[in-house]
This record gives sequence, C-alpha cells and structure tokens, in this order.
Amino acid sequence: MRRYFLIAIPYVWLLALFLVPFAIVLKISLSDAAIARPPYFPQFDWAEGIRAFIAELDFENFVFLTEDDLYWKAYLSSLKIALISTFFTLLAGYPIAYGMARAPAEWRPTLMMLVILPFWTSFLIRVYAWMGILSNEGFLNQFLMWTGIISEPLTILNTNSAVYIGIVYTYLPFMILPIYSALERLDGSLIEAAEDLGCSRLSAFWLVTIPLSKNGIIAGSFLVFIPVLGEFVIPSLLGGSNTLMIGKVLWEEFFSNRDWPVASAVAVVLLLLLVIPIVLFQRNQQKQQEAEQ
Amino acid sequence: MNRMSWFNAVSLTLGFAFLYIPMVILVIFSFNESKLVTVWAGFSTKWYGELLQNEAFLNAAWVTLKVAVFSSTLATVLGTIAAYVLVRGGRFMGRTLFSGMIYAPLVMPEVITGLSLLLLFIGIGLDRGVFTIVLAHTTFAMCYVSVVVSSRLVTFDRSLEEAALDLGCSASEAFRLVTLPIIAPAVISGWLLAFTLSLDDLVIASFTSGPSATTLPIKIFSAVRLGVSPEINALSTIMIAIVTVGVITASLVTKHQVAKQKREEMEAVRT
Amino acid sequence: MIHFQNVTKRYGEFTAIDNLTIDIYEREFYALLGPSGCGKTTLMRMLAGFETPTEGTIHLAGQDIAPVPPNKRAVNMMFQSYALFPHLSVWENIAFGLKREKMPKHDIDDRVDEMLRLTRLEKFARRKPHQISGGQRQRVALARSLAKHPKLLLLDEPLGALDKKLRQETQFELMDIQEKTGTTFVIVTHDQEEAMTVASRVAVMDHGKIIQVATPDRIYETPNSVYVADFIGDVNLIEGTAKPNGSDVYAMSWHEGHEPLAVQSPNGFSDGQKCHLAIRPEKVSISADKPEAADNAVQGRILDIAYLGNISTYHVELPTGAVIKAQAANTRRIARRAFTWEDTVWLSWTATAGVLLAD
Repeated sequence: MRRYFLIAIPYVWLLALFLVPFAIVLKISLSDAAIARPPYFPQFDWAEGIRAFIAELDFENFVFLTEDDLYWKAYLSSLKIALISTFFTLLAGYPIAYGMARAPAEWRPTLMMLVILPFWTSFLIRVYAWMGILSNEGFLNQFLMWTGIISEPLTILNTNSAVYIGIVYTYLPFMILPIYSALERLDGSLIEAAEDLGCSRLSAFWLVTIPLSKNGIIAGSFLVFIPVLGEFVIPSLLGGSNTLMIGKVLWEEFFSNRDWPVASAVAVVLLLLLVIPIVLFQRNQQKQQEAEQ
Repeated sequence: MNRMSWFNAVSLTLGFAFLYIPMVILVIFSFNESKLVTVWAGFSTKWYGELLQNEAFLNAAWVTLKVAVFSSTLATVLGTIAAYVLVRGGRFMGRTLFSGMIYAPLVMPEVITGLSLLLLFIGIGLDRGVFTIVLAHTTFAMCYVSVVVSSRLVTFDRSLEEAALDLGCSASEAFRLVTLPIIAPAVISGWLLAFTLSLDDLVIASFTSGPSATTLPIKIFSAVRLGVSPEINALSTIMIAIVTVGVITASLVTKHQVAKQKREEMEAVRT
Repeated sequence: MIHFQNVTKRYGEFTAIDNLTIDIYEREFYALLGPSGCGKTTLMRMLAGFETPTEGTIHLAGQDIAPVPPNKRAVNMMFQSYALFPHLSVWENIAFGLKREKMPKHDIDDRVDEMLRLTRLEKFARRKPHQISGGQRQRVALARSLAKHPKLLLLDEPLGALDKKLRQETQFELMDIQEKTGTTFVIVTHDQEEAMTVASRVAVMDHGKIIQVATPDRIYETPNSVYVADFIGDVNLIEGTAKPNGSDVYAMSWHEGHEPLAVQSPNGFSDGQKCHLAIRPEKVSISADKPEAADNAVQGRILDIAYLGNISTYHVELPTGAVIKAQAANTRRIARRAFTWEDTVWLSWTATAGVLLAD
C-alpha cells in the first residue's frame, strides 16, 4: 500500500505536468486559430461530447506548415546548422579530450574542473560574452585590424557564422566529457602494442584510438546535436534576421503572431524530427552499457 | 606517456583559451569606465554601483532565487523518490511509461516544454507567476535529479539494505538510516544541479512567468537583445564569481576527502 | 530446530530449490556446500526472509516462519560483502541492531563491549569500516550479526574475501566463537576445505537438491555418489561390474584377463551391476615390486610425477588406459627414489580403502 503511494507521487506529478501538457499541445495543433481567449477553436465541451469534439479537429495546421516554405526551410536550416556545428564541436573537442586523457594524472582533476566550470556558468552569459567579441567594433575585429589582416571590419555578429561559433563554444563541454571518459579508460599499452606491430603513430591513432573512443564520439555528438536542433537563445542573440532555426520560429509564432495552433504544430513536428536521433542515442547508450557488463 | 607531447600541449592551451578568453574579456570590461563595452577607458566599479541601484534587476534576482530554492528542493525530493522507485520498485503498472517520462524531459527542447506547460496553465486557468515557474522548473529538474540519484543507486550494494532489515529495521527505517546517508552526496549534487538549472533557465521561465514575476535571465535577455551594456557585464561577473568559487570549493573538498580516505585505507592495511 | 519440508523455489522457468527436506539441529555448525548456482544461497536467503518458498514450509523452533518479515526474525545474517554501513563507526555498526530493539542505553554499551572483546576489536571501536583491514571488517560483520543473540546465524561465504592464510586462521576463530556462544551456525560456501574444517555436518548440494548430508569424515570416506566423491577432494574412479562375494564384500571385474578387485562397501549392489570404485590417491600405495600381502594390486606405467614438497602425486596409466593417481610421502630424498618416468610400477590398496558407487 505504502509502496504504491510512494510510486504515485512522482508518477502523478509527471503525468499532470509532462504528459497532459503535451497532449494539450497535440490537441491544439489540430485545432483552428480563433480570435478569442484562448485563441483557438474548438474548446472542449463536456456537453457536446468527445465525438463532436474530435470531429472538429483536423490537420489543417500541418498542411499549412508544408505550404508555407518558411517552416520547412526553418526545419532544414535547423538540421543543417545542428549537423555542421556538431561536426565543428567534435573537431574542437576531440583534441582537447585527447590532450586531457594524455595529461599527467595529477593534472586531470584540475583540467576536468576547468571543463565543467563553464557548464555551471549561466548559458545566457556565455552567449552574451560573444556579442561583445563578434560585433563590428568588437574585440575580434579590433584584433584582426590591429594585426593588419583586414582593413575593413568583418560582419560576423547577426550572421550564421556567429551562431556556429556560439554553439561550438557553449556545447563544447558536452562533447569533451564523454570523449574524455572513453579515452581515459583506453589502455595505453594498446597503442604501444599497435606501434610494436608496425603501426606509425598516426596509423595507430586511426586504427586503435579512434575506434575505441567511438562510443564517446557518438554520445558527445548526440548530446550536442539533439539540444541544438531546438536551440533558441543562440540564434536569437547571435544570429541575424536570416538565421532560420525552428526554436526561434516557434517562439515568434507564439509570442509575436499569437498563432497557438501553428506554434503547437511546429512543436509536434520538431518533436517528430527529434525522435530519430533520440532513439539512435538511446540504442548507443544501451549498447555501451551492455558492453561494460 | 609521462611528458606531454607538443601536440597535446598546444591543443589543451588553445582549447582552454577558447573556453575562457570570452569570459575573461567579459569580466575585464565590467570594470570599464566607459559606457562602450569595447573600448577601454580606465578602471571603475561604477557599473556595480549602478547595478545595486537598479530596482528591477534586484527584484528579478530575488524572484529567481526564490524560484530556484523552492523548485530545486521540491525537485530533489520528487527526483529521489522517482529514482528509488525506478531502481528498487520492481515491476509495477506503467513502469515503462514512468521511466519514459523521467528521461524524455532531458532531451525535450525547452521551447516545447515551455509551450506545453504554458498551454496547460492557461487551460486550467492558473495565474502565471512565481508559482507556475516553480512548478515548471520542478518538473524538468526532478528528471535530472532522478538520473543523478539513480546512477548512484544502481551501484549501491543492495546487501547494505538487506543487512539493515536483517538487524531489525523496517523498510522506511532502512531507507532513512542506511540508504539516504550513503547516497547523500548524489542527492546533494542533484540539488545543486537542479538549483543551477533553475537559475539558468530562460526559455521555460519566459513561457511560464507572468507579468508579476520576472526572473533574472528574462531580464538579462531583454536587456541584451538591445546590445551589450556594462551593467550586464557587471552582473555576469558577479554570477561567474559565485559559480567559480562554488565549483573550486566543491572540487577541493572532494579532493581532500578522497585523499583522506585513501590515506586511511592505506593505514588500515598496515595495522 | 529448523525443518524444511518439501521446499521448492522457482524463478519463472528456473528451479533454484527442488522439493527439498532437511533438518538442522540446535548448536550445530551446518555447512551448505556446492558449486555456484546450486541453490545454496537461495536456501539461506529463505531462512533470512529475503526470499519466500514457492512451495513447502520452513519451521524455526516449531513455528512456520513464512509470514514473519526479515526484521522480525530471530535470525541474523553475515553477508558475503560484509555489508558494513560505511557511514557508521565499528561501534555504531555493532550497536545498530540493538538500537532497533529499543534496548536501554547502558545495556547496549555492555553488549557492544562484550562483542568487541569476543572478536578482539576493542581498539578499533571508533574507526569507520574503510579505516580497518579486511580481516577486521570480517570480524565486525560477525560481531554485528551476533550482537542480537540470534537463534540462528547465517554466514554467506564469510571468508571468501580473505587471503588464504588469513582464511585458515579465521576458520578456527569462527569455530571458537560458535562454541562460546552456542548459536546455531549455517554457513554457505563453495570451498570444500572450509566446509570440512568448520562444520559439524556438511550438506552437499547440486542443482537445487541435497545430494548427501553427513559429518565431514563420512562425506570424505564414504561418499554416496560419484558427484560427491568427485566434488570433495581428489578421487580415482575405476569402472567395472560388481559381483557379491559375502556380506558387503564384492569382487569387481574391471578388465579382461585381470583379477577382479576386492572391495568392502556398505552400498548394496546386485550381480553384474555396473559400478565405480572410488578411491582417494593417498590410499593407493606405489612400489617398484609387486607387494606381497595386498588385497588389490595392479600394474601400470608412470606418466607424470607432480612434486609438491612433502608429497608427490604419481599419475599411473593402467592397461585399460585409465590414469590412476597415487600419493606417496617423500620420506627420502628425491634422488633416491626407486622409480621415475616411464617406469612400470605396482599400485596396491586394501579392500576397505575405496567405496563402490552406483552410476
């Protein structure tokens, strides 16, 4: 009896504040916009019954999403930005993780702390820090003009490049940590064995180190890719008006256009888009766990 | 592999420079005399002074703190129960749904979580304010807490609980006297994580807050949208300082404890 | 004192305990011995109350214990991992069970001190479990489980985590403590030497069934099956057919053209029944010449000699191709031994040295 009571507390909480809200989103995505409060139709009415209510629902909003090219362009551009920035984060993160794993053992806790520290620092502040650096009069331009590489300031802030920089910067710890933990467990004698068997340094790295840190790479990539897909803060602060990301579109649809049904439909599609990488990620994690046992 | 290779040293230096230079610049320019954030015009702490005069920021900070304390505490309680149920509850109706609901919010984009909660609050006619933000933050933070705590519970030696039962504890006594003290570090880090997530959150808070309650991230976001300002730099510096002190203290304490434990274990073998 | 009546435990398809009936008496040191997965731990966990039988009943002192939860049983358990509470000191660990009984403060103090003395841990009372050595931890676990005066103490592989030397010392300590406290001990182990040393009776288990329950010497000298003979110590098995030759005496024919072997065995066999002669290596003597007055003597060729210092084990191939192990004490210097590799030797033993076992 007591056991069921214990289970019920978090269960009911999550049902009420996670599952039910999501059901509401799904329902509203199938409703029509209305100039009312709340601004959608139909409202659920017990008197009319469920059948009549369901009859009023339709896929109009989803059809609308396919018709207006703003939306599918936004989805595609989100995917593109997420893919490219994941790749760059991997490129930046791997050498750092590798260097950490090869650093003397007494340094590692400190290096680890240095990677985690930004993770605890406000996300917003870390994005904000780049606004001062990337603007036309910012430090990057000042520095480049001072060195004489350029004579005219580059426009970086409010472009997609700024978005990429912001994403790589803020998500770097997510990439470093799983790769580091995979590399740290790697037995150093494996590399020595590979070299002993005739590998060069570089081919030992390609043939032994990379395959053995594969799980870390995959985990890190998903940990970056999945949240970036729905990212809002970075494109809205560092991106320009032509930076299309679905998180930003949803936000504007909701707050600026007050079109709740369309915003809900955007959310539903975004979630469907996320299901594939999430399932893949889960499978990878499970495989890894099984391998460890 | 005792000495670091040239390549590793360079990649570490560049990597950490990339991670830290933006924050260092941010901190330096919070002490800038000029209103222009990008041009150095001499040392001054006047922006800190102005920040302390800024009623709106102080209010927002107070709201944020309240929300963070309440939601992280509530999330820790719920998340610990959820973790215990998941790891020790055995089979029960809808267990798969339950574990799905624990893990889903971790990968759910914040815009969707925020939107769905807002639609719920409007649907049931709940006035938006501190209370609704606390509900929202508790919901997603409890999932993080539960993941942290359950990863500790999985490695927990079950025979410790059985020993407690064997020595006459009831199930709840065994939890209170044995399980909880041992998993306490995980519960505390769960709380800290929940607290930081709540302090940090902009998107979900924006959706679920009302005109009566503005949190600090919302305030910063609306200020920052208009461009950089030295006041925000000052505020950021304070926040960075708090986090830095916290993280360094925590890691020093852990390091000290680990060293102490190791030393004592060595001594135990010798006696 | 404990009576298992037709107890069966199933986990889904898997049967861990199969229709088992045993008795354990008061003040006994009872060992459950078997390979891992034979059901011995399940049996013990049913006594402690962490598992319930699927069928059958368990009585403790005449009372059915099925409805009694673990925290209400007069049974305590010493866990394989010791399960010492890492956040409590040695003293607090031992006092843990007593405090649950709401015992008066000074009684607890007295009892804990008594247990500390019994296990020679007085000096370590204030230490935490991680601050003491493995052997000391083992004693804390023992003291903690004995503190509540259980009617029955269960020990799950209590010495498994200790190194060999410490294990041997601790075995005698355990016997000593069992004698002093007069508690009934049930020990689970896969180490036959340990079971033989400490226990007054040993139950050999396999696949959820009890194969034989007897005192250690009877288990060793007169095993009731090939399984037990093979599991306990080293044994030679010679296959043949039995022919009764007087009361409890058999002539076992084992190879064409060789004289049958004379065996005296309590197990009954009919004429022509297939059987195995089980004989321990130390009961087989080895000599260069045919011994005069031996009940049984066979010739063979030395394949291998394992020199162990105090004794040597000779692997001798019989005409059947079977290999028999014979042990001999090294009373002389090895260089003065009368036989070596490839030599033909005689193996001999008395009629009572072995035992006849059915298939």
